[in-house]
Amino acid sequence: MPLVKYVSHDGVTNEIEVPSGTSVMQGAVDNMLDGIIAECGGSCSCATCHCYIDEAWLDKIPPASEMEKDMLECVLEPQDNSRLSCQINVTDELDGLVIKLPESQF
Amino acid sequence: MNKQRCIIVGASHAAGELCASLRKEGWTGSITVVGDEAYLPYNRPPLSKTFLAGEKSIDDLLIRHEQAYVKADIEMKLGCRVEKIDREQKEITLNNDEILSYDKLILTTGARPRTMDMPGADAENVFYLRSIYDADRIRPYIKKGRRAVIIGGGYIGLETAAMLVSTGMQVTLLEREPRILNRVAAPEISQFFTRIHTEEGVELITDVEISQLKGDKQINEVVCSDGRSFEADLVIIGIGVITNSELAEEVGLEINNGIVVNAFAETNDPDILAAGDCTYHFNKHYQRWLRLESIQNAVEQAKVAARTICGTRQEYDQIPWFWSDQYDLKLQIAGLSTGYDNLIVRGDLSEGRKISFFYFKENTLLAVDAVNSPQEFMFGKRALAQSLRLDREKLVDSSISMKAILLQA
Repeated sequence: MPLVKYVSHDGVTNEIEVPSGTSVMQGAVDNMLDGIIAECGGSCSCATCHCYIDEAWLDKIPPASEMEKDMLECVLEPQDNSRLSCQINVTDELDGLVIKLPESQF
Repeated sequence: MNKQRCIIVGASHAAGELCASLRKEGWTGSITVVGDEAYLPYNRPPLSKTFLAGEKSIDDLLIRHEQAYVKADIEMKLGCRVEKIDREQKEITLNNDEILSYDKLILTTGARPRTMDMPGADAENVFYLRSIYDADRIRPYIKKGRRAVIIGGGYIGLETAAMLVSTGMQVTLLEREPRILNRVAAPEISQFFTRIHTEEGVELITDVEISQLKGDKQINEVVCSDGRSFEADLVIIGIGVITNSELAEEVGLEINNGIVVNAFAETNDPDILAAGDCTYHFNKHYQRWLRLESIQNAVEQAKVAARTICGTRQEYDQIPWFWSDQYDLKLQIAGLSTGYDNLIVRGDLSEGRKISFFYFKENTLLAVDAVNSPQEFMFGKRALAQSLRLDREKLVDSSISMKAILLQA
């Protein structure tokens, strides 16, 4: 099962096994991690599952849709590596993926 | 000392959030969730869309998977109902006669569809849509070329119409009021969604009263009081909800359009709290009492309830928000439009699928309805939270970005 490393804004890493086909958001919610709220349950409606993708993994992840890009421009402290974690599906290829969580989702 | 016991009644979205929030806030006592459905807390919005279409499984709907609750030491009693609450003894009785004691009880009983009081409304092919059970029973009736009649032009009716017509069914939607979304949106928005649904092939009929559901075991015709009638292989009714507040009412908890709670999610019994669709609560931003059918309210009130129980009290203070997916349209709503006196339309009503609406009372922004316009929604929500003054002349001009408008506010 692919391992995803969730790094909190203050540097604490949680290593979680997330089944292939599950979103990065669901992996965090299933493990009750702080930092990802995911109010809309993964329908790209709320932007409360914002995360930063570690630079080394950026080109392994399919690009964001126009809707997601638009939402990302409005999150707090957007960066070039910002993504909504509900829109990223974990695959075997993403084993070891590192994502950083923002200080706040609002 | 014995372990403190917390019982959550209703395996709802609010319950799912409570389980996580109680543990995060440091609750070390037991947590038991009693739910009358057979499932762990799940996301209901996909019921009228991807789940009904068969694109998502029950597993995909779950807010958290079973292992998460096991790990957090949460006991799930699914498929059973709470028959009564004893406030004196601090006990609840289940329908299997089991008695459970509590120190803290949280009611997240939600709401159920308002039923139609008419002969035939209980026929085999007449449905409401609120649960996995409902969606599973509707699915076999979805077949290309068959006819569906939907009663009620609110969000459930419109989302279901969108899903059904996209499968090749012939869909008629009947609404009693002069326009769809009459209770919740401005006439301009009704106009926009009427155009979209008509373009997609839904027959939309407003200002119409149902007089008869004709048929035997199955309804095959829906008759209106003006004489028109519509053939039907499937009838879906979406005419609002009523709160599941009877349990609370029977034991003297205050009820008014739902279970009345204070800013800390407490009922008039401090050991009984409530969260989600079943509550009637005060909204600080809009300075009025509300009952909300929304995920956000379920989640945020659950968090408040968890903090109250764990002694880290924090007042509920939220700008309501909602969403609705129909076809390729994502409608996102921030705020409450009730009482608006002027509306700014940003975009073209007569064509296209991207538009947004800003509701004002005098100069104060009350709400934003944004269709395929996430920036209008997100920045609008922020403007509401921070009580920013938006320049209405600039809002009308969709060539000026929301970011620019917000920066000048």
